[in-house]
Order: sequence, then C-alpha cells, then structure tokens
Amino acid sequence: MNDSIYRLRQLCVRHAGSRPDTPCVLKDLDLDVARGEQIVIIGPSGAGKTTLLSALALAHQPDAGSFEAFGGRPWQLTSSERHALRRRIFLAPQAPPLPPRQRVVTAVLAGKLPQWSLWQAIKSLVYPRQAVLAYAALEVFNLGEKLFARVDRLSGGERQRVSLARLLVADAEVLLVDEPLSALDPRLARHTLARLQQEAARRGATLICSLHQIELAHAQFARIIGMRDGRLQFDCPRAEVTQAMLATLYAGTDEEAFGVEQPEVEIADARCR
Amino acid sequence: MNSLKSRLPMPAAADGSGRFRDPAWRRRLSWTLLGLVLAWPLLVATQFKPWQLFDATSLDATLKFLATFLPPALQPGFLLEILKAAWITIAIATAGLSLALLLAIPLTLIATTRLSISRIGRARMNALPFVIRQCARWVLVILRSVPELVFALLFVRIVGLGPTAGVLALTLAYAGLAAKVFAEIIESNEGEAAEALLQNGAGRLQALLYGVLPGCATELVSYTVYRWECAIRGSVIMGMVGAGGLGQQLDTSMKMLNGGEVATILTVFVALVALADVLSARLRRTMA
Repeated sequence: MNDSIYRLRQLCVRHAGSRPDTPCVLKDLDLDVARGEQIVIIGPSGAGKTTLLSALALAHQPDAGSFEAFGGRPWQLTSSERHALRRRIFLAPQAPPLPPRQRVVTAVLAGKLPQWSLWQAIKSLVYPRQAVLAYAALEVFNLGEKLFARVDRLSGGERQRVSLARLLVADAEVLLVDEPLSALDPRLARHTLARLQQEAARRGATLICSLHQIELAHAQFARIIGMRDGRLQFDCPRAEVTQAMLATLYAGTDEEAFGVEQPEVEIADARCR
Repeated sequence: MNSLKSRLPMPAAADGSGRFRDPAWRRRLSWTLLGLVLAWPLLVATQFKPWQLFDATSLDATLKFLATFLPPALQPGFLLEILKAAWITIAIATAGLSLALLLAIPLTLIATTRLSISRIGRARMNALPFVIRQCARWVLVILRSVPELVFALLFVRIVGLGPTAGVLALTLAYAGLAAKVFAEIIESNEGEAAEALLQNGAGRLQALLYGVLPGCATELVSYTVYRWECAIRGSVIMGMVGAGGLGQQLDTSMKMLNGGEVATILTVFVALVALADVLSARLRRTMA
C-alpha cells in the first residue's frame, strides 16, 4: 500500500469562478503528506488555510500545478470517480454546517451517509439506525446527553463539537479540520483537540488541522506548516520551529489590519523540507 | 450623539473627498427612475382609469347587483347541491395537486443546481448534466406559460366535460409552477449543510434528505398548501368552462343573475380559503 496521501507540486488555486488573469490565492505550493501524519496549519487570517484545506478535500479544483491524492490525479478522473474518492476524505468546515431544525443524532449520523445506501439513509430518518454510534462519538467530546436535542438549542461551542462528532462517525482516512476550536474556551479547546488527535491516531487516519491557537499548535503537533499570503512560509518538524519564525509569520499583520505604517518585513526562507 | 462623539475619534467627513458617500446611491436612484419611466406606458396600455369605477352609471349597476346578494339562497335543496359541488371542487384541487407534485418533485431535483456533484470545486458543471438541467428548465417554462384555463379547454375536448379535464389541467399547469418555486426555495436557503454533505461524498438524494429538507421543509409545505388554495380557485374558474364543481354552479347562478345563490357560493369559497389558511398555520407551527 502506498503511504503517500497527498503530493502537491507548484500548486496554484484561484477563487472559484474568477478569471484566469487574477492572482492565485494559493501560490507555488509544494506539499507532501504521508498516511497517519498529524499536521497543523497556522498563519494570519486570509493566508489561504481554508482554501488549502478545501483543495485537499477535492472541493476546489487547482488552476495550475500538479495535485496527486492517494497516488492518483483526482481532477483527471470522471466526476463520479472523483466523488467516490471524496468518501475517503472528511472536511469539517469552520462554521458547523448543521441544519438548525435537525436533531443532533441525525446531524452526527449524517457523517455515515457516504457509507450508507439511499434506502438506509431514508430508514435512519424514520428511526435512527446507529444511535449508539452517534452517542459514542458525542461522548468523546462529553456531549452524549445532547443526543436527541435539536441543533438550534445548542451553544456555538456545542455545535462545533457536534460537527467533530460527525467527523468521527465517518469512516474517512483523511480528516481535514478547519479551526475546530474557534468557539471553545481554552480548557475545552485543549481537551477537544487532544481527543481529536487520539481518535485520529487510533484509527490511523491522517489529520490536517488549521488553528489560530499557536501555543496549542506548537505543543500538540509534530509537524507545523506556516502559511502567509497563499504561500507555505515554513513546513517544519516541531523542534525546528523557532520563536523567530513564528514572529515573522505574523509580523506586520496587526499593524496592517489597522492601517499603521509598518517597516518592510524581510521574510527568511525557513523551509525545512 | 454627543457621548458617541466623545468616545470615538471621528474623521473629518467634510474633506470633500466623498469617502463617506454611499457608492450604491446613484445606481439605486437611476434604477428607480427607470422603473417609473417604464411603468408609464404600461398604465396607458392597460387603459388604467380607476375613476371610471366611481362614475354614476357603473356605481349604480354595481350597487344593484350587490343588492340582489341579500338574502343569500339557503333552500335545503340548493345547499345540498352546493355541498356536493364543493366536495367535487375539493376533490379536483386535491387530485390535481397530488398528480402535479408527482411531476414537480423529480423536475425540481433535476432543475436545482444545489444538488449538482460535477459542479463541486469547479466553475461550471459537466456538459451533460448542464444540458439535462436546461431541458428541465425549458419543460417548466412551457408548462408555466400555458394558463390552466387553456389546458382545461384542451382536455375538455379530449376527455369530455367533467372533473377529469380539470384534474389533468391542474396537474400540468401546477407541476410547472410548483417545480419552479420549489427549486427557488431550495436555492434561496442557506446551502452549507447540503454542500458539506456533498463535499464529504454523500449522494444527491442523501444530501437532499439530510442537508436541504431540514432547512426548508416548512417553506415547501406552506407553499404546497398555498398551491392547494390556488387549485381550489383554479378549479372554480375551470368549472366555468365545464370542468365541474362549484365553478359550474357559480357560472349558472351568474348567468341567471341570481345574486342570492352567488352570495352563498362565494361564502363557501371564503370558508375553503380560510380552511387552507388555518391548515398552513397549524403545519408551520408544528414544524417550526
């Protein structure tokens, strides 16, 4: 079995539907991901983290460069072959995509849909097929008692964890998680991230996660990718990420956001691989 | 206002740069003016002269006809006939709408772009699904462009006078209307839920059941009940061309200038529409 999950070379991605002469959101991106790796992506807002995750999820076609996933080129397959590949990947978007009037049990079990037939999906709407599975996934994030609650009765942080529980019931080999901790308090964030990583490791799944909590990212992930302006600023093992590199990654962004004049930042090429 | 000023540093607004002028203002203004200019010839073309309603002769004729409405006809034999006719009207509306939904639901699913899989991650969908989707949209346009009355006249010739013509006419006309509005309800709802399911490898109908319907089932149901209300009205109009039900009764009474009977029949209409209204409100409350 091939251990390479992703192989990206000189990848360029534009916003969907934009003209070919507009600049790329992701530029000259090289990235290799092996099976079972746990990677965190950090970087200032607007750096392209979400676009990268959605490109990895086969939800965004690259405009140039080479994109290989699972040893093949998904964008040269037919639409239905590519859709079959999407079952092996699970992308949890930043805003939990849960219908407000749905019950938690249904929202979590929706993660099983790629494995279910249409008939099984209909039966599960009549009577939940694997409520125990949904409960187990919710319990990982201490939410078991919300099994039959409605999504619109949940707090923002609870919704975020329900969305992660959905990720756990899906039988995906690649878990892509976009800022899973944005609505959680620091203690809960630490706990939730630890559980997510444990579960990914237990099933041998690859986990790629974007985070804004730099300390947590640095403490929990063996491989850290720094993104800025659509480029990989660095892609290093934890030990080689220095405070200086982190400072450079975010340098000038707060002044920029508030329109203060700033000195030109010299960005060192700190690429580890 | 003063307290706000003291708390927030205000930029000098009157520096003449126009930085704080609403950039959309000019466009909004010109579209409004254009709309008004275009409306004028429409009023001329439709000979819109509302004051004619209030001149002495037409006011006199109206009042005379309205005066015959009282008292409403309440003879037991006539009431029984009206109830039978009302039942036929309800049956035409319900049967016509049910058949229309059988046609409309698949057409909706074909027409909406929300559930396209080949579109994910790309600027446009594949050629074949695009062509199929366009064909479905054209079928809907054709179904909608023919008024149900014309369909009814057509079917009266094919299947003869009676309720069947009305049912078939409603089926075709309302399939087009319902499918268009269903597709638009689905598309105007927030799409993230269905989008996420599709992106993670779910099928189209699965995404519909788990991502689309939870968000817009209430709107779809209340629009369907509204269509039922329209079908009642529609079957009345078609009754006038011989498709049975209350419409035929109304036509007869109007031709005989029997105001009392007309008043009774109109009261039954009001009751039916009120029923649809209550039903819709109940359904919305239970589904909310």
